[in-house]
Amino acid sequence: MPFIPHTEEDTRDMLAAVGAASIDELFDEVPPDLLIDTLEGVPDAMSEMAIGRLMRERAEKDAGRLCFIGAGAYEHHIPSAVWELTTRGEFYSAYTPYQAEASQGTLQVIYEYQTMITALTGLDVSNASLYDGASALAEASLMAVRTNRKAKSTQVLLAPGVNPVYRKVASAIAGTQNLVFDYLPRDPKTGNLDFGALDDAAAPVAVVIQQPTFIGSLEDVDRLTDWAHARGAFVIAIVNPTSLGLLRPPGAWGAEGADIACGEGQPLGVPLSAGGPYFGFMTAKSKYVRQMPGRIVGRTTDLDGKPGFTLTLQAREQHIRRTKATSNICTNQGLMVTAATIYMSLLGAEGLRRVAAASVANTKRLVAALTAIDGVDRAVDGPFFHEALLTLARPTTEVLAALAAEDIQGGYDTSALYPEYGHSLLVCATETRTDADIERYAAALGRVMAG
Amino acid sequence: MSRTTFYDKLIFDKSRDGRRAFAQSPADPGEVDLPAGFLRDAPPALPEVSELQVVRHFTRLSQKNFSIDTHFYPLGSCTMKYNPRACNTLALLPGFTGRHPYAPVEHGQGYLESMFELQEMLKAVTGMKAVSLTPMAGAQGELAGVAMIRAYHDARGDTERREIIVPDAAHGTNPATANMCGCVVREIPTGPEGDIDIDALAAALGPRTAGIMLTNPSTLGVFERRIQEVAELVHDAGGLLYYDGANLNAILGKVRPGDMDFDVIHMNLHKTFSTPHGGGGPGSGAVGVGDRLLPFLPIPLVKRVEREGEAHYAWSGEEDLPQSIGRLSGFMGNAGVNLRAYIYMRLVGREGMRRIGEYATLNANYLQARLREAGFELAFPTRRASHEFIVTLKHEARDFDLTAMDLAKALLDENYHAPTTYFPLLVPECLLIEPTETESKETLDGFVDAMIRIANQARQNGVRYKEAPYDMPVRRLDDVKAARQLDLRFEPEDPGTGEASAA
Repeated sequence: MPFIPHTEEDTRDMLAAVGAASIDELFDEVPPDLLIDTLEGVPDAMSEMAIGRLMRERAEKDAGRLCFIGAGAYEHHIPSAVWELTTRGEFYSAYTPYQAEASQGTLQVIYEYQTMITALTGLDVSNASLYDGASALAEASLMAVRTNRKAKSTQVLLAPGVNPVYRKVASAIAGTQNLVFDYLPRDPKTGNLDFGALDDAAAPVAVVIQQPTFIGSLEDVDRLTDWAHARGAFVIAIVNPTSLGLLRPPGAWGAEGADIACGEGQPLGVPLSAGGPYFGFMTAKSKYVRQMPGRIVGRTTDLDGKPGFTLTLQAREQHIRRTKATSNICTNQGLMVTAATIYMSLLGAEGLRRVAAASVANTKRLVAALTAIDGVDRAVDGPFFHEALLTLARPTTEVLAALAAEDIQGGYDTSALYPEYGHSLLVCATETRTDADIERYAAALGRVMAG
Repeated sequence: MSRTTFYDKLIFDKSRDGRRAFAQSPADPGEVDLPAGFLRDAPPALPEVSELQVVRHFTRLSQKNFSIDTHFYPLGSCTMKYNPRACNTLALLPGFTGRHPYAPVEHGQGYLESMFELQEMLKAVTGMKAVSLTPMAGAQGELAGVAMIRAYHDARGDTERREIIVPDAAHGTNPATANMCGCVVREIPTGPEGDIDIDALAAALGPRTAGIMLTNPSTLGVFERRIQEVAELVHDAGGLLYYDGANLNAILGKVRPGDMDFDVIHMNLHKTFSTPHGGGGPGSGAVGVGDRLLPFLPIPLVKRVEREGEAHYAWSGEEDLPQSIGRLSGFMGNAGVNLRAYIYMRLVGREGMRRIGEYATLNANYLQARLREAGFELAFPTRRASHEFIVTLKHEARDFDLTAMDLAKALLDENYHAPTTYFPLLVPECLLIEPTETESKETLDGFVDAMIRIANQARQNGVRYKEAPYDMPVRRLDDVKAARQLDLRFEPEDPGTGEASAA
């Protein structure tokens, strides 16, 4: 019996202790017409050897492509130690650290994570993680509504650089509480906010600013932060943690800094893995800590006066506050946070700066190589981080399909999102792409565009 | 006095200016070509440590945890069963971990085929009509479920239905979720034997009822015997039934929520299907629906299409499900967790599913019988245990000052993780105990012996456990201080030295 240790004798002795004649008898409180005999639709058990073969065959089908896609998830080098340590059974198979004395390892990791992610974002307090970047925006917006009581609005305004999928997710999660997410005007020349078209009568509860933007450009975050604060709105920053090795952190935006920062933690040592599990991070100014969703770890002392760690401010959470909780979140993405903490420890500030700078440099090389091809141009002006938006003289779907046939994943099709550019494509090259990779892509695209 | 000295350094204590894990970052590309106004003034205060220091630090931290791999972990409602190693090894194959979520589906057929089959298997074990794998944890599955119920009523023009009925013993996520979906919660009481109070339910139902959220077996560890009557009452009143799958392990392969007439269900793949809890996550909260809620499922789903006689797998999104409640994650949910659940289900297979429900139930009933025999009081002594059961220490607390908290902490010194304490809230001094099917009789007997030793020390020898545990990395922690003097991150006294703050 897979993963069940009972011998026949065990089963017999245990039934005798219970006073039941058979295991079936243990289900005698279930109405008999509800009991089923067999499970059609579930195949027979496989041995580990057999499932190993099947999964290797399937993984092989998906392997070995050259990826230039970003759009919210990024391929970075992950040090071997990250997942060697993270998948140690003591981390991997532990539960939520409710019994603090038996969970000091997990709790200290989270405390160290909170220290590192607040240092990166330039804010004061962090929670222990949310599900992913997109759902973190929903939670940040709900937190802004709870906290910013002066604003009578439930409108959240999004800078044009906010990931369009994040808007969809935030609407799906927070829409039933009447939050509305609307984009601010976009200047097609830069892809960034059109400051001239801003409505100064706007009074949203929060303004969301993503840096770098979804298309990799850099927004004037200081001016927009100050504009939002002047209107009594909260500022929610969405940031890529890798970029914070180089870019000014949300806590230093504008005169007062962003109020909440959130985003996708995946670039910090989490593999692409077809979209998850990743983790959402969230940091904020300390005065808002009691409105944060999710778990928070604090350092305190034990009976002997020795330092130790525990979950704190739990009166915000669903298991205590039920209907009045700041969120329904319970299980979060703890193991991913463990990986990210190890990743940040191994990289340090200098390592992270190099990863960010190498990614910027590689993307610049990529854009130069691709725009040298006839029919390929940049869609917008201005500096870009590790992603850039291109226009194509041929339909993007056809181009991507032709590249895919050569095992190249050429980017993310943005034609439907930004019809003003015609056929467009978002490309990315992190520090993992070599000059040879870039040349291979450029050569293939050259053939496709000429063909 | 603590009897053992434990490692107690922070990674920041080891930091020295200029130290690095040199193998882990690319060569310095030099000055970055971005306008200076966008760049940060000072580097972030991350630790500066060597690779060996990192490996040793986190290895030592891991050793301060209890985990399934090291300890019996009978945490009620959490299903802490063995997480087979193969599920992790195979999910970490480079073809799976390296795949970008927006990679073309032609480059993801191995993964997509596995996810399609997982949807099919989950339909089979729950008796539902369709499954979406996108919710990222149980609470998000609940959110999806309640949002679907709301969307269903709204689509019928029935926009007054905003009340969600929840039993008083429910998980905290149930009322919190209903509130998050803009619904009003109505709590109904539990009868003396742990079943729902049917009269109270009937009185609560009406034209404002959106639905009811139920766990069956309930959080009290007993099967809801009148579930068919409950379903009929709720449906007759125009409401829908939501199944909280936290306790699905109890009935796996024996009873299906779809056959109990539930309209929507979430499953905790990190409980029933043995993906790791990871010290608090990630989980996966797949949702299944019956006919009524099919159009509202969260996207994307995986679909199979025939192309020139060959099966081909693709995403199913807005175009296939225009009435969907939408997307709940940036990509496709916790894909890697779902992959582990898939591998687990294939390892266990059809017959194995059934044995899970059977042996989880046998282990719980055996443990219940042994503890009753040892003098512990059961909260519901007339009932069968499901996969878990409740012991109440109300007499021990009154007569010997042995509370559920004390016993839990004393168990840690005996090398057992504590059961769930003080939940459900309606049973005083309660321990909710769930052994799972993967534990052997010897382990359960050892646990019973430890429970007896602790209780006898209190009952016969006047031993008090107010200060337990003694042998753990820390003693009981000052939670009041933690909440009043917030210390949520390390702050060096002098940012240059990396020395620990004295505070």
